[in-house]
Amino acid sequence: MAAISLEAVAALCPARITAQPPDPKGAGAGGNTPHRPLPRLSSVCVTTRIEVTAVDDPKAAQIVHLVRLLGVVGLVGCRVSRVYYLQGDLSTEEVDRLSREVLVDPVVDEVTLGTPLPTTHPVVEVAPRPGVTDVEARELERAAAALGLSPVRASTARRYELIGDLDEAAVSAISRQLLANEIIELHSLGTIQPCFDSPASGEAQVKTVRLAGLADADLVRLSRERLLSLDLGEMRAIQDHFAREGRDPTDAELETLAQTWSEHCMHKTFRARIRLEHRRSDGSVAVSSHEGLLAALREVTEEIDPPWLRSAFDDNAGIVAFDNEFDLAFKVETHNHPSALEPFGGANTGIGGVVRDVMGVSARPIACTNVLCFGPPDPADRDLPPGVLHPRRVRDGVVAGIGDYGNKLGLPTVNGAVVYDEGYVANPLVYCGALGLLPSGSHPTEPRAGDRIIAIGGRTGRDGIHGATFSSAGMDEATAGQAGTAVQIGDPITQKGCIEVVEQARDLRLYHAITDCGAGGFSSAVGEMGERLGAEVDLAGAPLKYAGLEPWEIWLSEAQERMVLAVPGSRVGALRELCEHHEVEMTDLGRFTGTGRLVVRHGDTPVVDLSMEFLHHGVPRKEMVGRWADPVPESGEVPEVDPTRVVLELLSHPTVASKESIVRTYDHEVRGGTIGRPFVGVRADGPGDAAVLKPLGTWHHDAAVALSVGINPRVGRLDPWSMALHAIDEAVRNLVAVGADPARVALLDNFCWGDPTKPDRLGSLVRALEGCLEGARRYRMPFISGKDSLFNEFAGEAIPGTLLISALGLVPDLHRTVSSAFTRAGCDLWLVGDPSDRLGGSLVDDLLGIGDRRVPPTLDTPLERYMAVHRLIADGIVTAAHDVSDGGIAVAIAEMAIGGRLGVEATVPMVGSRGILTALTNEAAGRLLLESAPARRDHLAARLGPLGRRIGVVTEGSSIKIAVAGGAEPIGVNGDSVSIDLDAAVRAFTVQGAES
Amino acid sequence: MTLPPILILHAPGTNRDAEAAVAVELAGGDPRIVSMTDLRTGVVSMSEFGGLLLPGGFSYGDALGAGARLALELRTWLSDELADAVRSGRPLLGICNGFQALLKSGLLGEPSGPEGRRRVTLTDNANGRFECRWVTLRVEPVVRSGWLGSMAGMKIRCPVAHGEGRVAVSDSEVIGTLESERRIAFRYLSEDGHEGGDRLAGGLYPANPNGSAGDIAGLCDATGAVVGLMPHPEDHVVDWQRPGGPPGARGLPLFKAFVDAAR
Repeated sequence: MAAISLEAVAALCPARITAQPPDPKGAGAGGNTPHRPLPRLSSVCVTTRIEVTAVDDPKAAQIVHLVRLLGVVGLVGCRVSRVYYLQGDLSTEEVDRLSREVLVDPVVDEVTLGTPLPTTHPVVEVAPRPGVTDVEARELERAAAALGLSPVRASTARRYELIGDLDEAAVSAISRQLLANEIIELHSLGTIQPCFDSPASGEAQVKTVRLAGLADADLVRLSRERLLSLDLGEMRAIQDHFAREGRDPTDAELETLAQTWSEHCMHKTFRARIRLEHRRSDGSVAVSSHEGLLAALREVTEEIDPPWLRSAFDDNAGIVAFDNEFDLAFKVETHNHPSALEPFGGANTGIGGVVRDVMGVSARPIACTNVLCFGPPDPADRDLPPGVLHPRRVRDGVVAGIGDYGNKLGLPTVNGAVVYDEGYVANPLVYCGALGLLPSGSHPTEPRAGDRIIAIGGRTGRDGIHGATFSSAGMDEATAGQAGTAVQIGDPITQKGCIEVVEQARDLRLYHAITDCGAGGFSSAVGEMGERLGAEVDLAGAPLKYAGLEPWEIWLSEAQERMVLAVPGSRVGALRELCEHHEVEMTDLGRFTGTGRLVVRHGDTPVVDLSMEFLHHGVPRKEMVGRWADPVPESGEVPEVDPTRVVLELLSHPTVASKESIVRTYDHEVRGGTIGRPFVGVRADGPGDAAVLKPLGTWHHDAAVALSVGINPRVGRLDPWSMALHAIDEAVRNLVAVGADPARVALLDNFCWGDPTKPDRLGSLVRALEGCLEGARRYRMPFISGKDSLFNEFAGEAIPGTLLISALGLVPDLHRTVSSAFTRAGCDLWLVGDPSDRLGGSLVDDLLGIGDRRVPPTLDTPLERYMAVHRLIADGIVTAAHDVSDGGIAVAIAEMAIGGRLGVEATVPMVGSRGILTALTNEAAGRLLLESAPARRDHLAARLGPLGRRIGVVTEGSSIKIAVAGGAEPIGVNGDSVSIDLDAAVRAFTVQGAES
Repeated sequence: MTLPPILILHAPGTNRDAEAAVAVELAGGDPRIVSMTDLRTGVVSMSEFGGLLLPGGFSYGDALGAGARLALELRTWLSDELADAVRSGRPLLGICNGFQALLKSGLLGEPSGPEGRRRVTLTDNANGRFECRWVTLRVEPVVRSGWLGSMAGMKIRCPVAHGEGRVAVSDSEVIGTLESERRIAFRYLSEDGHEGGDRLAGGLYPANPNGSAGDIAGLCDATGAVVGLMPHPEDHVVDWQRPGGPPGARGLPLFKAFVDAAR
């Protein structure tokens, strides 16, 4: 029961603090930041502390569990409390009312006002650093206003009372490794001092940065010290430019150039002239040159140019037609560096960012996807390089961040993958995707001279400064210390308001152009939108989270949840009304001019005056060299092991095993259109191959959208070219398996690689890109959008080059989709596609250390089989379908059995002379398993012809029996076999969920 | 015949409003999504509507607890209009976040405790995380709500998607009181519920997805006009939305009953 004991609050503790000058150094590094009162309040402020504790809080039990996983012993219990600090002129009764009305749930909460109750247990308190988004505090301030109380300022903290036998080292380990992240949070042993946002510090100052006469070494040093991530050639270009202008740049001009020219924004590697030296395994060397990787992707899309393609590579997202009325916009981004440092915030803002990309093409976001690559979650006590968070903490934080943002936006998170590999321990990858729907032709892209530059959404703070340049460099131990401001926490509810405003503003035709504020903030958004026109901006009117920002900081801040629109003067009033209706803040920043110059002021102070031409086209084109050597094609040695045990181990491998413990924390049902779900079958625990969605507003016809992914970094280590084709094949297989039409598939590429200035990294990247070009041609599928994230390195160690292929397909009839779960005993099981004896890049190779360095062959003519399977599903002849990928055919068959809770007897083809294990676990491309009624056997055999063969039967029983046979007659031949109890398969597959 | 106008309340962070509107429309109502701003400022009046639906979402980010600030606003800004609506017997339906807000605002009524304090709440799921999965509900056979009466004993299959959906009570007598007052409107059935079984979930995950006391999925107030539930019947109004299994047990009849009561 709650114990609202309201003795005189003032007597209990409220700290009376006299105003003092602000601390010029900002927050201290330790837990005891000096409290800085607000200048706008009276000279004496009362700070009230309210501590709310939920009894039986499940989060407390989770903490005990997670501490045990950390390997710290002694913690038996934990008491978690929310702590609120209120600053303002409130009476005791008002504080009581506020806490009763909004903070305390009388059924489950206990509350303490004033000084915390004494305890003998160690206490850790954690609070967001000044300037870090604290939605809870803001909402508390607004709730006080709604109650009609005088203005208050709020800040929050979390209090953890750690019950058990813990020494100082244990408490410290728990604080640092679990409870607080020093990049965004302060923590202290005992009561923490409240942190209110940074106070005002003075007037706008623009400084000039001396470039004239600087020697090369000084230019390089300047770039490094200001975190510009520009190389010597680029610094020289800037120096020359300003020499011609006869002056030095301002700090804001230099920063604007650095952001616009960053790898993140400019994709310099993808625009570079590259010479590739490819050494084949026979020793021969092929030299080729590329005039631009991005241009090559565009070219192949133009070559394929299907009639349903609306926009590729031109805008924030790729766009294809859906029906006669609507188009679909799809974009996938990465947020790797931020997620490595602050997993929750990094992934949170990753989703936020990609959703804004889709809003940036005037689409209503309707779904999210994500693909995550982590280091293996075990063991607890592994040796990690300093500065690297434990992979489990990264995973848990990333998953929570993705769920938080997508769920709160009301977007179903419908598809994705999780890959575990040693290569991602220091550099996790977080791919975030968003799908949007827009009426065909409703996205305006032409700002006009005279249009107002309107910003809507969140306020600007110091958060997210240098995000673009930060992600354009590698990381090391010191990165966490430098990158504090580059990492942010999202505010999805502010963005939700923007979604409503943008959709209605689009329908009312209130703007001529729109873009999101992503990397580079206003500087990129205005700079890009006004590239052909020029723009004039006054930063003095920009709404700030707190005062004291330098003009260049306002201009460059990557604060989240902001969009920029080009709005004709006559429509500004209508847009303002719309914003007020949705409680979204709107600001007029200036206008597009037609002068071709980017002019920025802060009141009367000039900040930036740059030529758009130089800004966008002044960066010197890079000349780069890539080298790639194919590995010696060794086949390795398959050990003599029990195949049944190996299949079970593969089923429980973290990359294969059920992701329910992750994915069920994402709302995949909101908007009521999710038909193809992440989990399928009678107990909803079999793996779905692809998402199928029926967008709201399109229920009058039967077509639906399908989304899938393909990814295989293990293949990429051996052969990046083949990785691209395998990833495309996997994405397409997944789509076809749920009923999508292979003739209506569009692809997205996302390249995550290491430092491209190192020839081996670049060589692998270029080989993968060449694979994409070949894949697009072979599959007749255009790339419509893509993104590269380079410099994924930690202390000189690169991630395995990782290409994600995301595919967007069309399902002609939502009533003709199937899942991977067996539906009925007695049905036939069919296999489309052939096995391979090459185990390179397979999970079994990884698991058993086989050392096969030959990857399975790619498909020369893939479309024939996929078209045939698609038609069989569309005609209702196939009742279940599943793609064969990670873990091979035995795993895939077991997954179908798990989904249907049915047994199966199958005989899969032998390959070469490598024996049963290779037959069961090879990961050859192009394979699908199909279930069909025996009455359809002859019909199906005739339609598949040599593309497929019948390999077994679904049974009523509870065992999965898979034999292996050579020869022409597949059924009933006795050979080696595995027999797995269905329950054992279920346990192996779901073990991840049980453990985490 | 004019269709009964249904107000669907949209506060910042509401996100299942569009599906709720589709459900109301299919049920024969005339849905209108109205912002909290318009209600508060009187641009739109609740009296224009036959029924009020509070849909799911994360109102104001649920930053101060699920539905807490929306509940505050219902109490502070709309209490008279809401009281009028309840008095005149117009149906009020809160789903998920709408249920949380109705409960925390006091609109769902409470067994009166010694200090007149609320004794039922919705709080963190027992497993400590957000949970999205399909469940089977039963409309309680003896539910007090008049407009739910036609549905008594019927089943609904639909998803839950929430982090704070556990019905918690302040003491062991509360469930008995709720039962005797016939205020339990929906309960979670066991996993075979959608195949014909009629056993309660018995507190077992995942059939009871959040650890709710008494398998309670939804409640009504003493007048029967106000009904709230955590699961999302609006996400199962047509057959193709269901994840396999036999057809039927849709949420549409619930919306038909709601719209009928709004006539």
